[in-house]
Amino acid sequence: MGSIKDSVAIIGMGCSKFGERWNMGAGDLAIESAYEAYEDAGIGLDDIEACYVGQMYASVNGIAGSTVADALKLSNIPVIRNENWCTAGHIALIEAALAVASGMYDVVMAIGVEKLKDTGYPGLGTGRGMSPVYEARRTAPGSFGLIATSYFKRYGFSMEQGKEIIGRIAVKNHRNGSMSPKAHFQNKITLETVLKAPIIAYPLGLFDCCGNSDGSACAILTRSDHAKKFRDDPIYIKGFGISMDAGLPHMRPGFGWTSFEALKNSSRKAYEMAGIKNPREEIDVAEVHDCFSITELAIYEDFGFSPRGGAREDIESGFFELEGGLPVNSDGGLKCFGHPVGASGLRMTYEVYKQLQEKAQLPERQIKNAHRGLSHTFGGPPQLSAVGIFGNEKG
Amino acid sequence: MTGITSFGAYIPVYRLSRDTIANAWGRGSLKGERSIASSDEDSLTMAVDAGANCLSRLDRNQIDGLYFATTNAPYKEKLCAGVIATALDFRNDVATADFGNSLRAGTGALRAALDAVNAGSAGTILVTAADCRLAYPRSDQEQLFGDGAASLIIGKEGVIAEVESSLSINKEIIDVWRNDNDRFVRVGEGRFVLTEGYMASMKEVVSGLLKRAGKKSSDIGKLVIPSPDHRSSASLAKGLGFDPEKQMQDPLLGSLGHCGAAHPLMLLIAALEDAGPGDTILMASYGDGADAFVLRVTQEITKFRDIRGVKANLESRMALSSYEKFLSFRGIVEAVSGEPFRLLPSASNYWRDQESILRCYGSKCNKCGNCQFPVQRICGKCHAKDDYEKIRYSDKEGKVFTFTRDQLAGRSDDPVVVQTVFDMEDGARFYLMMTDCNPEEVAVGLPVELTFRRIHEGADFHNYFWKCRPLRKGGIHNG
Repeated sequence: MGSIKDSVAIIGMGCSKFGERWNMGAGDLAIESAYEAYEDAGIGLDDIEACYVGQMYASVNGIAGSTVADALKLSNIPVIRNENWCTAGHIALIEAALAVASGMYDVVMAIGVEKLKDTGYPGLGTGRGMSPVYEARRTAPGSFGLIATSYFKRYGFSMEQGKEIIGRIAVKNHRNGSMSPKAHFQNKITLETVLKAPIIAYPLGLFDCCGNSDGSACAILTRSDHAKKFRDDPIYIKGFGISMDAGLPHMRPGFGWTSFEALKNSSRKAYEMAGIKNPREEIDVAEVHDCFSITELAIYEDFGFSPRGGAREDIESGFFELEGGLPVNSDGGLKCFGHPVGASGLRMTYEVYKQLQEKAQLPERQIKNAHRGLSHTFGGPPQLSAVGIFGNEKG
Repeated sequence: MTGITSFGAYIPVYRLSRDTIANAWGRGSLKGERSIASSDEDSLTMAVDAGANCLSRLDRNQIDGLYFATTNAPYKEKLCAGVIATALDFRNDVATADFGNSLRAGTGALRAALDAVNAGSAGTILVTAADCRLAYPRSDQEQLFGDGAASLIIGKEGVIAEVESSLSINKEIIDVWRNDNDRFVRVGEGRFVLTEGYMASMKEVVSGLLKRAGKKSSDIGKLVIPSPDHRSSASLAKGLGFDPEKQMQDPLLGSLGHCGAAHPLMLLIAALEDAGPGDTILMASYGDGADAFVLRVTQEITKFRDIRGVKANLESRMALSSYEKFLSFRGIVEAVSGEPFRLLPSASNYWRDQESILRCYGSKCNKCGNCQFPVQRICGKCHAKDDYEKIRYSDKEGKVFTFTRDQLAGRSDDPVVVQTVFDMEDGARFYLMMTDCNPEEVAVGLPVELTFRRIHEGADFHNYFWKCRPLRKGGIHNG
């Protein structure tokens, strides 16, 4: 397999305010993130040669690339949409990067947008179209709750112990989110609040689950050798990994529900391309898919941030806090931004981009000397994972 | 001689105390409790469960016909017996028929099965009767009715109760009825209904059959007759010269309720559970006339002690907490249906996948032995293409691997959806909803079995599929 390490740079990004944007449609959200990205890159609509869109929900959010194209007036160029679950934003970014790396286009937009608050429902379902019968009444919290039950059982945690371990992840992300002006939720919470909250899908309580929000994020990409024409501090794409687990993990005999092939393979591929040997040491900031607190825990272990079964120790020692060895979800994560599906991968990348440029909105959450950042989304029942690794210098 | 070769009953796990119903209305309680079909059950699903409980000793490929009887078919036009025969994984060349509209539908189906076997057009027929009748709120019937299903297999080999003789009479009367657009059963003026309806017909059929069979009431070990209330069957029996104390099968009103068209067969099963070789049973059913049968129990009965009959079903129970929940389960008050979840139900998809959806088939790879549900054309382990054996899982048991209690997707009257991942002994992994459980008692390792349920009404038809449930106590389940 080839590599595009350092071939493509991000020269501008934008991110809308996330939240219950009742007075904004999907197109409005796209305008909000795209115009910030234009300004950041110092370009305009006419410079865009192709656009890749990440947007999961059809019909409510429009079909194909139409919503984004109509709102942004993207005419006479390809506008290509993917609906790859929660990874749609990352996959739009990676498709855009591949298009630039191929030499086909010089300036390409990747944009993710989702208007969840028009779906009429406060949660996500995971019916995948596999069958209208087999997957009835499956929700996202229900699907990920299965991981928590299994993880606690495997590592011998009582329900109280288990809830406390994953509860600390929610507390950490809310603390980070309290310093993120664009986050949906900007409130600090205590472990006691997490533990006392109503159950959504046992053993996951309200604060173990991310919010349901509207949002959009956008990136402008160009070839690395052109990047400095646009700005002094472009961010380079070091590597990526996408992995589908087509065995429908839940149908696979013996599947343990504590570790996912898609997570392991997508991170391994991204590390290989980026030349990362020890992610725990070499990554300075990571935005990972904390759709539920247990998911973030599983990612620590499958990504090699923590040894297998060792996430608890790292959580309790504060390793993933802003001041820790590897800050994770420094902007508050999905926990505080909510999860407008197609937008999330680009919103996470926006945070990494800003951190690597030392432009975090508030100085108190700027991570010092960050050179390597990772962003990641994980979707489906779950079965699909996408990782991007970024750096603020070549090499 | 032709007769019953197997039996099996199904009583929903939920029971509602009659005091609870009475308290809701500030009226008198008829005491005891009644069974209540859950929100995911109907006559068809109960008939599948009862039918399955008949099959534990038999090769289901030997079954030549399936007759379904109910006064409450989930479809007004569409063959329910066909769905049941498919869910029970019968051959395609079985005779199927629905019997309906009458409390005698169950015995009508039984008579038809006996006739077919006697005539030689079929070797073995499964008769499955189920009912889930709605009575007017506050009425006596609301308390007295029960929900349940009873199944018998009729054949010539391994007969446990030979049918020696039978009699049917027709007596036209408007006493208990439901017009085509009615939800609730109508009952006429009490004395008329009792004397000219039930009493007159049953007297005539029982005495007529005794005469035809050349028997006296004292020759009958057990008289098996449903009763419309707590007293009438006993006074009928007394009037016919039977000793109600010694010769009568308990009509099961106290612990179960009158299960409509299924009830005569239900009581017959209860009688067979207590019967010994040589016993004589007279079973009769009422409904605008009457059907009656004399049966003689054979030595084979001794082999049928661990069947899931009435006893095992009655013992395995959960109290339904409120009258309102019963109203809501039956759609009398409307619950918010909850989200089946942004699926696109489709009749053609349902039809195409019926081997997995209805027959509960998974696949076992011929190359590597990997077992998966539903059927997978390409093996998930060794990637062999179209090289598998189909396996029926409905009659197998599994153990819970992981689970969640989802509060988001349920009906408003039954808000917790227990999504369950469980493993079969051969390693096949299932991911289904759990039903008939106390969600708080679900744990990793819990043994589960499969049960056929109505899961949603997408695309304007009843979408049936399998759920799991904690193993019900007593008897062999052969889903």
